[in-house]
Amino acid sequence: MKALLIGEYREGKLLASTYELVAFARKLGAETAMFLVGGEADLPRYDGTLYLADAAKHGEFSPTAHKRLLLEAVAREKPDTIVFSHSSYGWDLAPRVALALNAAQVSEVVDVVDGSLVIPSCNAKLRRNLSSTTAVTVVTLQSGAFGLDDEPAGSPALERVDVEATRGPEFAGYEVADKTGVDLTKAQIIVSAGRGIGKAENLEIVALLAAALGGEYGASRPVVDAGWADHNRQVGTTGQSVAPKLYVACGISGAIQHLAGMKKSDFVIAVNTDKDAPIGEVADVLAVADVKQLLPALTERLNSL
Amino acid sequence: MKILVCIKQVPDMESKFRIDAEGVWYDGSDLAWRMNEYDEFAVEQAVQVKEQQGGAADVTVLSIGPDRVKEMMKKALAMGCDRGVHIADAQSHRRDPFAIASIIAEFAGDKGFDMIFTGLQSQDRGSAQVGVLVAEMLDLPALSTAVDFAFADGIITAKRELEGGMKAVVKAGIPALVTCQLGLNTPRYPTLPNIMKAKKKELLSLEVGDLLKVENLLKTEKMYFPEKKGGGLVLEGEVGDLADQLIKILKDKTSVLA
Ligand SMILES: Cc1cc2nc3c(=O)[nH]c(=O)nc-3n(C[C@H](O)[C@H](O)[C@H](O)COP(=O)(O)OP(=O)(O)OC[C@H]3O[C@@H](n4cnc5c(N)ncnc54)[C@H](O)[C@@H]3O)c2cc1C
Ligand SMILES: Nc1ncnc2c1ncn2[C@@H]1O[C@H](COP(=O)(O)O)[C@@H](O)[C@H]1O
Repeated sequence: MKALLIGEYREGKLLASTYELVAFARKLGAETAMFLVGGEADLPRYDGTLYLADAAKHGEFSPTAHKRLLLEAVAREKPDTIVFSHSSYGWDLAPRVALALNAAQVSEVVDVVDGSLVIPSCNAKLRRNLSSTTAVTVVTLQSGAFGLDDEPAGSPALERVDVEATRGPEFAGYEVADKTGVDLTKAQIIVSAGRGIGKAENLEIVALLAAALGGEYGASRPVVDAGWADHNRQVGTTGQSVAPKLYVACGISGAIQHLAGMKKSDFVIAVNTDKDAPIGEVADVLAVADVKQLLPALTERLNSL
Repeated sequence: MKILVCIKQVPDMESKFRIDAEGVWYDGSDLAWRMNEYDEFAVEQAVQVKEQQGGAADVTVLSIGPDRVKEMMKKALAMGCDRGVHIADAQSHRRDPFAIASIIAEFAGDKGFDMIFTGLQSQDRGSAQVGVLVAEMLDLPALSTAVDFAFADGIITAKRELEGGMKAVVKAGIPALVTCQLGLNTPRYPTLPNIMKAKKKELLSLEVGDLLKVENLLKTEKMYFPEKKGGGLVLEGEVGDLADQLIKILKDKTSVLA
């Protein structure tokens, strides 16, 4: 088995998620090589062949060029498995490469069991084992599902890849997140509101519980998207990563993108009407209840302590 | 301007799921069905483009699936799509993203759509493949994971959402395909008059057999419930009791009340 691992590079830096690909390949028992559109200033700590294309020339987001560069590396390395992160870079590029190679793609792999790839389904309530029928298989890995036990080490043997410039979607710059306002990453206690609060007005009962506990309130993405809370209060992959002493998830189902932002919390309490909500997997305590009833009762008790 | 929006019907994620008889998908009976959340943003964006063009656009909404998906398509029509194309396929849940994308590309191939919108991913399958695959099959530029969209002078300018709240501004000339991420816009609720109007809109049914030219590339071995990895204490009962129990737990197990 031979896997080509597709590293990621952003604003001139290698992303640490690249090492998750190495961990996956080890679990698969595959030989590896790596491909990166990056730069020599930040090379992966990796002993093996690195097919390196120049990000300064081709851009960090230029799917048409990246596809052609990667296909060039594939032609030279002849892998049977091509491994991406299931990230904004990976889910954009992987299908393009899969189609070009007549390869099946398995998205968001969380495990490998007896050679079949395990993926979540229906907000992680279900799982599916898949196998590919094609000579080459493209996979994307769920963020955080595979980790190295040891520190990555080594220096790669560089193989340059280059192609003629191509036209395609054009990149016109990055826009960074607004960093003003509350800094949730410093909060020791966070009470977060999810879609289960039902309407904007109910955010107050969450904020009141947060205040009674001496903490801050946070939110899941739909609450922010709906404009009920500011983006700097969003917890998750596209918001903040927090690690408070106490995290209370109110009406939050526990999608992987939310869990990624709060699973390092010391103690997690979930309040949810659905006993099977995936948040139960990471919660120390799941109280099966309506937030609108339980939260005021809890706040009242705290305020009279 | 011709616009295509692809939408999928999915179960409500709060449903109690059961595994089907073959053990490879969830059982479709007794589930509440709705439009894939991501696709609501796709429909809304298509309708907004039409409005921006002063109505000078024709929006086709397409869905592959069994008869029940027509209910959801009516919602899209009530939101402002002009016509529906239902690709009747009782086996759509058995198809992989490559097969679904091939069906859509086969349909769209000779229609000359200027813009195609899809969701970033479907909530049940979650592959995040179909949109980009359709674009590649049709040789169109694809802008994926859009959280912001503008169209002027034949150019789409979108913001792609990256991790950690960062965005990348990207541009492509039409024809192009856009995959829509949560929060791209605020999907409208269909009004009663528009629901009535939607009943008169064309909703064409095509047979999947006429459009499906490929085989699946993936095989599902089994679908199952994940092992509960521990998980914590589950408290049920009357709200007052629950609150008392939680206070005790906060005192015993954490330092936050100290
Ligand atoms: C690329 C990408 C990035 C993302 N980034 C993030 C991110 O950073 N942060 C994030 O949060 N999400 C993110 N998401 C979205 C994520 O996938 C989920 O859609 C989202 O987390 C769901 O939010 P929720 O749990 O509040 O809502 P839902 O999933 O709708 O869950 C609502 C929950 O409330 C419960 N409920 C309903 N009524 C009540 C009641 N009265 N009392 C108690 N419980 C009730 C329900 O049982 C359900 O479990 C991202 C998605 C993608 C694709
Ligand atoms: N059966 C279907 N009918 C129409 N569009 C679909 C179907 N399945 C997926 N799509 C579209 O493809 C997107 C991505 O789906 P997926 O690749 O399954 O995650 C969805 O958001 C829809 O826009």
